[in-house]
Amino acid sequence: MFSTSKSKWVKRTILSAYFVCSAITFLIAQADSTQKSSGSDAATLEKGKTLFNQNCVQCHGLGEEAIVGPGLKGLLDRRSEAWLIPWIRNSQAVIKSGDTYAVELYKKYNNTVMPAYPDFSDADIKAIIAYIDTESKKAPTTAAAISTPGASEGAVAQESGATGYLNALLIVLVVILCLIIAVLGVLLSFIKKYVAQEKPDLSEEDKELLNPKFDFGAIFRSSAFITGAAIFLVLVMLKSLLDFALDVGIQQGYAPVQPIAFSHKLHAGEYKIECNYCHTGVDKGKQATIPGANTCMNCHGEIKRESPEIKKIYAAIENDQPIEWVRVHNLPDLAYFNHAQHVKVGQIQCSQCHGKVEEMEVVQQRATLTMGWCINCHRQTVVKAEGNAYYDKLMFAHRNQGGKQLKVENIGGLECSKCHY
Amino acid sequence: MEEKKYWRGLEELTNDTEFVKNAHREFVNLPNTDESDFSEPSRRDFLKLMGFSIAAASLAACEAPVKKAIPYLNKPEDIDPGIPNIYATSYFQEGEYASLLVKTREGRPIKIEPNNDASFGATTSARVQASVLNLYDDSRYKTFVENNQPLEYPAFDEEKNAVYQKKVKAIDEKIIQKLASASNIRLVSGTIISPSTQEVIKEFIKKYPNTKHITYDTPSASGILKANKKTNGVEVIPTYNFDKAEIIVSFGADFLNNWLNASTYAKQYAQNRKLSKDNANAKLVRHYQFEARMSLTGANADYRAAVKPSEEALLVAALYDKLNGGNPEIKNPKAQQLLDKAATELQNNKGKSLVVSGSNDENVQIVVNAINKMLDNYGATIDLDTPLYIRKGKDEDMLNLIEEIKSSSVDAIIFYGVNPVFTHPKGDELKSILKNVALKISFAERPDETSVLCDFVCPDHNYLEAWNDAMPRKGFYALAQPTISPIFKTRAAQESLLIWAGNNTNFYDYIRSYWKANLFGTQTKYKTFEDFWNYSLHDGFFETTAVVKDTPKAENKKDRKDEPEAKTATANISEAKANIEQSYKVSNDVELVLYETTALATGLQANNPWLQELPDPVTKACWGNYVCVSQKFAKEKDLKQEDVIKVEANGKSVELPVLIQPGQANNTLAIAIGYGRTECGKVGKAVGANAIYLATTKEDSLHLFASQAKFTKTDKKERIAQTQTHHTIMGRDIIQEATLSDYQKDPAAGRSVVKIHTSEGLKKATDITLWRGHKYHNHSWGMVIDLNSCIGCGACVIACQVENNIPTVGKKEVLMAREMHWIRIDRYYSSDAEKEDLKGLEVASEDPQVTFQPMMCQHCNNAPCETVCPVVATTHSSEGLNQMAYNRCIGTRYCANNCPYKVRRFNWFHYAEDSRFATVNYTQTTDLGRMVLNPNVTVRSRGVMEKCSMCVQRIQEGKLTAKKEKRTVKDEDIITACAQTCPTEAIVFGDMNNTESKIAKILNIKSEIKRYDDGKEEIIYTMNEPRAYHVLAEINIKPQVSYLTRIRNIDKLDKKEKKA
Repeated sequence: MFSTSKSKWVKRTILSAYFVCSAITFLIAQADSTQKSSGSDAATLEKGKTLFNQNCVQCHGLGEEAIVGPGLKGLLDRRSEAWLIPWIRNSQAVIKSGDTYAVELYKKYNNTVMPAYPDFSDADIKAIIAYIDTESKKAPTTAAAISTPGASEGAVAQESGATGYLNALLIVLVVILCLIIAVLGVLLSFIKKYVAQEKPDLSEEDKELLNPKFDFGAIFRSSAFITGAAIFLVLVMLKSLLDFALDVGIQQGYAPVQPIAFSHKLHAGEYKIECNYCHTGVDKGKQATIPGANTCMNCHGEIKRESPEIKKIYAAIENDQPIEWVRVHNLPDLAYFNHAQHVKVGQIQCSQCHGKVEEMEVVQQRATLTMGWCINCHRQTVVKAEGNAYYDKLMFAHRNQGGKQLKVENIGGLECSKCHY
Repeated sequence: MEEKKYWRGLEELTNDTEFVKNAHREFVNLPNTDESDFSEPSRRDFLKLMGFSIAAASLAACEAPVKKAIPYLNKPEDIDPGIPNIYATSYFQEGEYASLLVKTREGRPIKIEPNNDASFGATTSARVQASVLNLYDDSRYKTFVENNQPLEYPAFDEEKNAVYQKKVKAIDEKIIQKLASASNIRLVSGTIISPSTQEVIKEFIKKYPNTKHITYDTPSASGILKANKKTNGVEVIPTYNFDKAEIIVSFGADFLNNWLNASTYAKQYAQNRKLSKDNANAKLVRHYQFEARMSLTGANADYRAAVKPSEEALLVAALYDKLNGGNPEIKNPKAQQLLDKAATELQNNKGKSLVVSGSNDENVQIVVNAINKMLDNYGATIDLDTPLYIRKGKDEDMLNLIEEIKSSSVDAIIFYGVNPVFTHPKGDELKSILKNVALKISFAERPDETSVLCDFVCPDHNYLEAWNDAMPRKGFYALAQPTISPIFKTRAAQESLLIWAGNNTNFYDYIRSYWKANLFGTQTKYKTFEDFWNYSLHDGFFETTAVVKDTPKAENKKDRKDEPEAKTATANISEAKANIEQSYKVSNDVELVLYETTALATGLQANNPWLQELPDPVTKACWGNYVCVSQKFAKEKDLKQEDVIKVEANGKSVELPVLIQPGQANNTLAIAIGYGRTECGKVGKAVGANAIYLATTKEDSLHLFASQAKFTKTDKKERIAQTQTHHTIMGRDIIQEATLSDYQKDPAAGRSVVKIHTSEGLKKATDITLWRGHKYHNHSWGMVIDLNSCIGCGACVIACQVENNIPTVGKKEVLMAREMHWIRIDRYYSSDAEKEDLKGLEVASEDPQVTFQPMMCQHCNNAPCETVCPVVATTHSSEGLNQMAYNRCIGTRYCANNCPYKVRRFNWFHYAEDSRFATVNYTQTTDLGRMVLNPNVTVRSRGVMEKCSMCVQRIQEGKLTAKKEKRTVKDEDIITACAQTCPTEAIVFGDMNNTESKIAKILNIKSEIKRYDDGKEEIIYTMNEPRAYHVLAEINIKPQVSYLTRIRNIDKLDKKEKKA
């Protein structure tokens, strides 16, 4: 009887727990779906993000602060979507139509003309607005995100502090150990002297122990030891010479001072300007290309005009003298490297070779750029063959040979003429 | 089976001792001609070098040099560094027109390609290909010149520039002042095909009515112009359609090489030498050639007779008689036999034949026209309605001018694009009397023999820097646009003329307004002029059938009242024939023929080292000219190769070495013009000797031959740099050929397959192997070369040199067999005599058959070079390429020794930095010259081996384009430099694993999926074309390059007849 009642109780508890749980799940799900329907779907936001980063980010921030144009936080609170669509497509047309808000805004920003985007569809503009709206609502988190690099730096500092502490401890321990050895040695010699003076009638064994016949010095003087040591020394020297020689021409960590103190940390890190906004060739061809002064002028025609570094750009334009940047990543002439192949076709992130440029105040060479480094990557990287008809025949052959993942080395990525010609 | 023996030169045939000694060696150490430059290194040199290398090594270890990355200050929107921009433009020099695409990198033109969309001139000859280098020639005039004193070059200094502009203005004012007071002004130019320029000249003449415009050409076509005036009533050169002709008879017209617009003819000619897969109904053009020297055209003929230049004219008259049922007597039995045969076939192919002559004699051309008329060729193979405008010069105008200057009646002369002191037969005379003219102005781009005698030189732009237009043929209008800003302080000649005429319009606006006024209205496709202009400029040309209001002919109208309105024929054939018989007599006199070479033509581009080092297609000699004589003649007169002889004709003489040339008519001497420049820059200066002065000048015509020439032996010897006897192929069976009739019976006719005895009986050599072979899963890059289409013109050699940064090495190095070309064209002479019959071989060598075979790295699958490299610097790729890693090569040269095709080239010097090569290799040694280098190809260093890479840089680029667009590689994505430039499409490159590709279709490649028992699949490709063969297939190295058999359109009977 008891057992059955107990089991019933258990059942009931389980059932009610299940009910409560499912209710909670349902509520959460509801809440989730309401949130989704109130905002926009992920695809639209993604599209908005891409368009925003390609076209707007140079002049507009998502916070309240104005860059070239106004900050976009709370955009929809200020203007309606219906007003914004023609405005974004062609702001000059709206201004000409005599819209008071538009005219005032135009005057407020020193009559700076916002480029027209006649190719944008309504859906495009709506996507951008949706993205701005969603992002600017979570602006505090964005701020936090921006500060993350700093935070992670702190973590790095903490970590390095920990290792420093460990090192100090180790050194102290070693010192203590040395002291103990020294004290023990002194004690030993005292005992030896004492025994020699006080106990002249020792057994043979004990005498042997006191004055060992075995002479350690003889070992060091032996020709075998000297030869061995010499060979060892030569080998060590050779190894260090070899290491030195192999290091010739490797400029890992090379971070030359540039003629203009351009900060990637600020532009790519804080303002999140896409790499290919300036390095336009990266998807097209061999060179990623360094932007001309006209690219800088897209923004700096307006902002931070007084900065001495930016004045250098103005001077360059006035004197008709291009800016002579110092090249950081140097490949020998005999090696052919094509950015488009790696970035566009291989879909490799810039940071894979260049490191976290968005955290670098002064750009430095992160990778070794040796042939071994190239080859290693070609051995490990899986080809992005899906959806690219070029690789169909190769995939077919690879599968028929029983291969699993199609790596760069499987399609001739280690052959000489892929890079040397 | 008939066996032929081929030999590369007379040395091989006669077993010359030096040849035999060197025949087995890849690296011939021929004695140095001058030891002073390349003497043995001394001990001190060794120590110096060692000290230097230690210092250099330790320095290099310290720190890498700081490299700069300098972006555009203001990046042009359409230029992306690293990505080429291509512009359409056009070329017109030395009477040769070509429609071009110019490839520029970061604003520098680096390569010229044919513009295949153009219906005219879509071919590039070796000279057109090489012309890009002239832009970067340091010997160009950099500023205006007054009395041989160049103005100070202002570079980029603004103040100096202002001073310079003032000085130029002062020069202009001086010139205007002098022109205004001149009573007799002469403007001397070559043929001008630019309608806008003609307009400019008209404007100039309007301002200075005392001006007369003199046009002359070397070589001139004034005989053809005059003959057409008389026969057809129009003074034009008709369009010849070689593609429509089934029988071609040429009397000394080198129409594949230099006669009129030769590369266009070459393209047409080759169309009828391509064989259809339907062998039973296959057809080929039949080509007869009667000529004195072995020309490129003669070398390609099916039937050829070596006749003296005087006989050539008589043969034309004889052919006319023959076609009219007569039976003229000809003293040369071979010529008689061929003429009879040709006459019969011409009769049978009315309206499908073409007779041409290279003569500049009006009478000869009248008879030629009469023959063509008789054969109904007008309207079929000859098109009078769309004439060519590329040669308009009249010989008598220039001859009269020289007389005028002699009598001091000319007081101002302007030379535009011509160098008569060097290129006119009376140039030497002109040189001495030019001082009679008070004002002499030249527009020369670089110093030439005429410009140095002028008071003012107002240098013209290079054609790649200039705006221009052209009408090479009726209804075909081309535009030329600048592909780079002018490098030096030059000014368009047209602008100079306009300024002097008081018009300050720039020439660009001038062309636009001409096109707007005259051409825009002839079309309806484009509504606005901007559209019309932009599209025409983009395409490079505009075609119209409408009558253009103001055709260039109108300009001549004023000078010549005889401009045809009604076509009235006044030719009197019997009179012409009588004149021929009077002027040409068969005698035993030694006759002289002057000719243009493929490389230099009239010598305008003599300072171009690429052209100087291009071996002549037939003689295989470069860096200089020579006197060609027949073997029999040499024997009789005791002349040896390289003996210097003094040749005299028409009272002038020239000293040059002898070259013994099979196929040369007996008792004739042949010398190339265009050599012996004295003012042109360092490269071409004093290379060879100028023979143009030996030409015959009559009252109203010039003739590039002399009917009476004398020669005297000197005791001098001069080496001739021939690439002929190097790289022998040891008499192996590498040319496979058959006659058309055999091919019609069996498509595999002429193919020889070597079989080997094995324990299992006879087997094909290619069926037994120790090799595992390669599998190409994606691409299998290969080439097929049609020996029937290749005419040996050498355009591919230069195209390859430009594309792949190949150094030029100079005469001295070529003499040591160290030329660097990655592709060469082997020329084989053949004879019908038996191999053992040495005497028979000797007789046949007087008039051999010739075959050209382009030879480059064959990219063997079982490559002998790969196995012997001790450092694995040459390896095989997964796409069928034999790869060469320069930075890995240590220069053992084992690979070259083991290469059966002898196509590997060794860098004996650091040609790009060695000061001894600074002159000949200025492409790589000077900052200006280096601008032409292809940035995608490494410049090789000393001590490394190099060879054809099948333009791997282009393959990689094409593949990347496909990958970016997520598609497979299309056939047109990738083409090698040689294949792209080949005017006859003899070289076809492509992916043999792509059954849709052109190469797969030519080779008849079939693919099938093979299924294995374990469920795995593989695609198997098989080659099924019976004509295709691999050179040296018997050593089973399985090349990726195939050749198609040479099929000659000759009758088999003839050989027996000849033997009998």
